[in-house]
Amino acid sequence: MASSVLTSEYAGATRKRGPRALQGLPFVLPYLPLLIVFGIAPTIYALDLAFTDVGGGWVGFHNFVRTYDDFRFIPAFKHVLAYTSVWLGALMVFVVGLALLLHGRANRVSATFRFLFYMPGALAGSAAVLVWLFMLDPSVSPGSFLLHHVLGADIFAQSIAPGNLPFIFAMIAFWTGAGGWIVVMYGALNTIPHDLEEAARIDGAGPIAIALRLKLPLIRKWIAYMVILSFATGTQLFVEPQIVQTASFGLVPDTWSANQLAYQLAFRYADFNGAAAIAVDLLVIGLAAAVLIVTRGGLFRAED
Amino acid sequence: MRIRVVGLGARLVILLTFAVFFVAPVLWLLLAPTKSDKALITNSPFSFGDFHHVALAWKHLDAFSSHIFRRWIGNTLFYALSATAITLVAGVPAGYGLAIGRFPGRRLVLSMTLVVMIVPAAALVLPIFLELNAVHLIGSSLSVILPFSFFPFGVYLAYLYYATALPPSLLDAARVDGCGELQTFLRVALPLAKPIVALVFFFSFVADWNNFFLPYVVLADSNQYPITVGLWDLLSATPSFNPSVGGGGQSVNIFKPELALATLIAVVPVAIVFLFSQRALVRGLVGGAVKE
Repeated sequence: MASSVLTSEYAGATRKRGPRALQGLPFVLPYLPLLIVFGIAPTIYALDLAFTDVGGGWVGFHNFVRTYDDFRFIPAFKHVLAYTSVWLGALMVFVVGLALLLHGRANRVSATFRFLFYMPGALAGSAAVLVWLFMLDPSVSPGSFLLHHVLGADIFAQSIAPGNLPFIFAMIAFWTGAGGWIVVMYGALNTIPHDLEEAARIDGAGPIAIALRLKLPLIRKWIAYMVILSFATGTQLFVEPQIVQTASFGLVPDTWSANQLAYQLAFRYADFNGAAAIAVDLLVIGLAAAVLIVTRGGLFRAED
Repeated sequence: MRIRVVGLGARLVILLTFAVFFVAPVLWLLLAPTKSDKALITNSPFSFGDFHHVALAWKHLDAFSSHIFRRWIGNTLFYALSATAITLVAGVPAGYGLAIGRFPGRRLVLSMTLVVMIVPAAALVLPIFLELNAVHLIGSSLSVILPFSFFPFGVYLAYLYYATALPPSLLDAARVDGCGELQTFLRVALPLAKPIVALVFFFSFVADWNNFFLPYVVLADSNQYPITVGLWDLLSATPSFNPSVGGGGQSVNIFKPELALATLIAVVPVAIVFLFSQRALVRGLVGGAVKE
């Protein structure tokens, strides 16, 4: 990559001499309105709503306190936290574990498994939830013996008992998303120089020691990236509980997750200020994660 | 030696267990529409029924709410393709401009793009809804297409490509030959970035096709739904999971085989994109964030 560093330095040198202070700007112009209207303005408008009342008067943190005191607020965040913890745990253990297992396999075997793991990614969104509704219905599920022995469920309503939901949603998210992450981790493992592994082997390290002591620390950055990003995504949960709630005889509340609560405040109660306050809570979590990744991760390139 | 064989066996068992977890639901879904609602319960989960049942399930599905299923597919294509077109027209040049430019505010635009790209899309849905609501755009197809067409990841991919892989001497040569800035982009930079354009197309199309939350929130008329929200609508009309829906299922003939077929059809376009571009997608997934 030394050559690209050289060429970009060269580019910088030639450009500074030229009078083209605004070079490149016209190409960015069509994109700017989109960035402003759908990236920045919604954030500012949500902030504005969150700190004002229906009449537009400044109310400070009143909406935040008011929504926090709502009896559904704490349960919703607890649910989301439980779900996110299960999901992150599964990602850390299984994604990293499977990537390490696949790395160093015969190439074709490894590629086949990676493809099989990755395939459900095509069913992201509501399709995946529908598939799992079938999988959780003991009357048709190929895993009905598992439902019976692990969840103690003989009918669909028992499968989606409240205590199971964080695990179910985590499983759906894992099913659709883990394959992509395994591919990313596998790619990261491939950047480890062969000499390093060879040297460890000559020093007498077995495959397990190499995986845990050499490979694992070298992909730490990627694991951290996956965890932070997934944490931010996990807190925003909406689709899964919304669809399961539709199929649940009212067993699952329509304010199970924080985003659902915000949605209900806006749609059922037309409480846009309260909805905005919760949206801002969630946005702060997402923004914090994004800023952490961009400034600390070193994975993204934002400078030359 | 024995330890190695045991280790190898254990590895394979773990990998195969997970393969079953990832593949079995897909396999079940492929086979489900070939069986009747009753056969789904009585027959083995992975048995094949017959094609007659697939046709029957399609007949029921198509009849639902006077062919609304076709409409949902059409809507989704329309939303995803229009939004992706805008994404490409606005995003690829933006990545180019950010890579070659030195204008004031360039770093700011770049950082904001990066931050919004990483912030989960779902975090912005309600703020976008509140904003669109304030300008009375709710319920219009623009309220889906325009937010979809803001796709910062595409801008970042194009930026990354032009900043690292495009030799500036090539652009200078074009300028010496008398090309204006626009011509330099159209004749030199754009043709070079064909793989990136394809990548942005795939990512944007798949993201738009699968999006549920935004259209669910901003559209009210079921005639405007994309297929993701349509599946939810179908689910709320069937007693298959929720018997309290009552007679609805009897009169609309939507049961498990119809739901499974609808789910299957809903993912076909994305599955095709996945199959044909798996390598490119994977490369983008890894390369999109690899700086080295």
